[in-house]
Amino acid sequence: MPVSSYLLPYDFSPLTLLSYMLVLGFYGVALLKMPEQDRPGSGRIITFTLGVMLCYAVMQTRFDYYSQYMFFVHRGQHLILHHLGPILIALSNPLPVMQFWYRKTSSSVRYWLQPLGWIYRILQQPVIASVLFVGLIYFWLWPPIHFDAMLSRRLYWIMNWSMLLDGLLFWWLIFDTRSPAVTNALGYGKRILLLALVAIPQMILGAWIVFSRGMVYDVYEVCGRAWPMPPETDQLLGGLLTWIPPAMMSIIGILIVLRRAMHEDGKFSKSRSLAGGNA
Amino acid sequence: MIRTLPLWTLFITLMLTGCAGNEESWHAKDISGLMPDLEFQLRGTDGRTVRASDSAGTIRLLYFGFTSCPDVCPTTLTDLRRSVSQLPEEYQNDVTTLFVSVDPRRDVPERLASYVHFFGDHVVGLTAEETVLRTLTKRYRTTFGYDEPDASGNYNVSHSSAVYVFDRNGHARLLLRPDLSPEQVSEDLAQLARESD
Repeated sequence: MPVSSYLLPYDFSPLTLLSYMLVLGFYGVALLKMPEQDRPGSGRIITFTLGVMLCYAVMQTRFDYYSQYMFFVHRGQHLILHHLGPILIALSNPLPVMQFWYRKTSSSVRYWLQPLGWIYRILQQPVIASVLFVGLIYFWLWPPIHFDAMLSRRLYWIMNWSMLLDGLLFWWLIFDTRSPAVTNALGYGKRILLLALVAIPQMILGAWIVFSRGMVYDVYEVCGRAWPMPPETDQLLGGLLTWIPPAMMSIIGILIVLRRAMHEDGKFSKSRSLAGGNA
Repeated sequence: MIRTLPLWTLFITLMLTGCAGNEESWHAKDISGLMPDLEFQLRGTDGRTVRASDSAGTIRLLYFGFTSCPDVCPTTLTDLRRSVSQLPEEYQNDVTTLFVSVDPRRDVPERLASYVHFFGDHVVGLTAEETVLRTLTKRYRTTFGYDEPDASGNYNVSHSSAVYVFDRNGHARLLLRPDLSPEQVSEDLAQLARESD
């Protein structure tokens, strides 16, 4: 097979391609036009682009073919769409870019965008956000639903997009760069608690898949695998990918949030002692 | 009202998946609304082009396989033959089995013809070039692959183990998993034949 066929989409989705082009386009234009002091550094730009391109790659290259016909590749796909890609995007902090475009929009457009803001604020309630985060994983991995999602092209696309959007929402909430001390961003303690809480059900689900004796997801058996692999191996690998990497990412997330909290702690005590010195 | 907004995605998907088959019950997996209608343009065993419309009005059983298949394909075709023969007399001619070979290199028309003939009169042997087959299998969200050939040039082919059932109008209706008995399949086919009689 020529190399190009690995890079071209298996199931071409014009809407998906357009969305990614718009995201990168808006990001690029903002970088060029925004004031120097707001512009993200090269490290952040690379992190953002990497996150976006990873998500694109698992949706619109040959990788998608293997995701449709191998359970463990499918789990890898969701690991990137729901965890790794959104984590990189959130860590790159594209907030200045969004603020740049927000300032450019006219007040009438802002008026019409208001409902989106309401939905966003509801979805970012810590309890709703974490229930949605874990709930979506369970929903799409619920065997009858999973079977249908792999058989129906429409459901398959809804599944992948819902995972990506939910991943972005959740990790954006966790890695919000605004300090909870001076804004209404979620407190660091609560962020850490959420990360720990969402890890547990994911580990339980992954372990359940790993230790299941029978075939939990027989759709891959029914529809043929991309290459001959014993079904038990496929399921075992898929279960491990559901179990271990998400738990690790929760721990890494906790460490990042802890570091931020300690960093800020230092800042505040320093300013306090300065204030004390002046008095 | 606003509180329910975050659940919309879930709700819509539940609706999409849950709306079919509320009253009917099947032994097989109900795939109404999940897959596109039956449509293909393949090569028949006489070398002529065969289209889905050629068998319109009958219930179509679509199965992907290959004639050198050691066990799965003959078992499936034998079971299908038994299921059809258990149907009430008036429906026995209303079912067409479409056996699509995904191994066009070995399954030349003569070989395919004698193979499908063995499994009954209403079995149609079909194949095409690999690219055409890839498009068709992708449409029904399945795939196939070839193993490395052994010393004597024989190779195994991985393919779907399920049978897709389309009603008389060509709508995708059922997916027969391999664990169903011929009796169960027969009951489902009879039910399907009756509803659009």
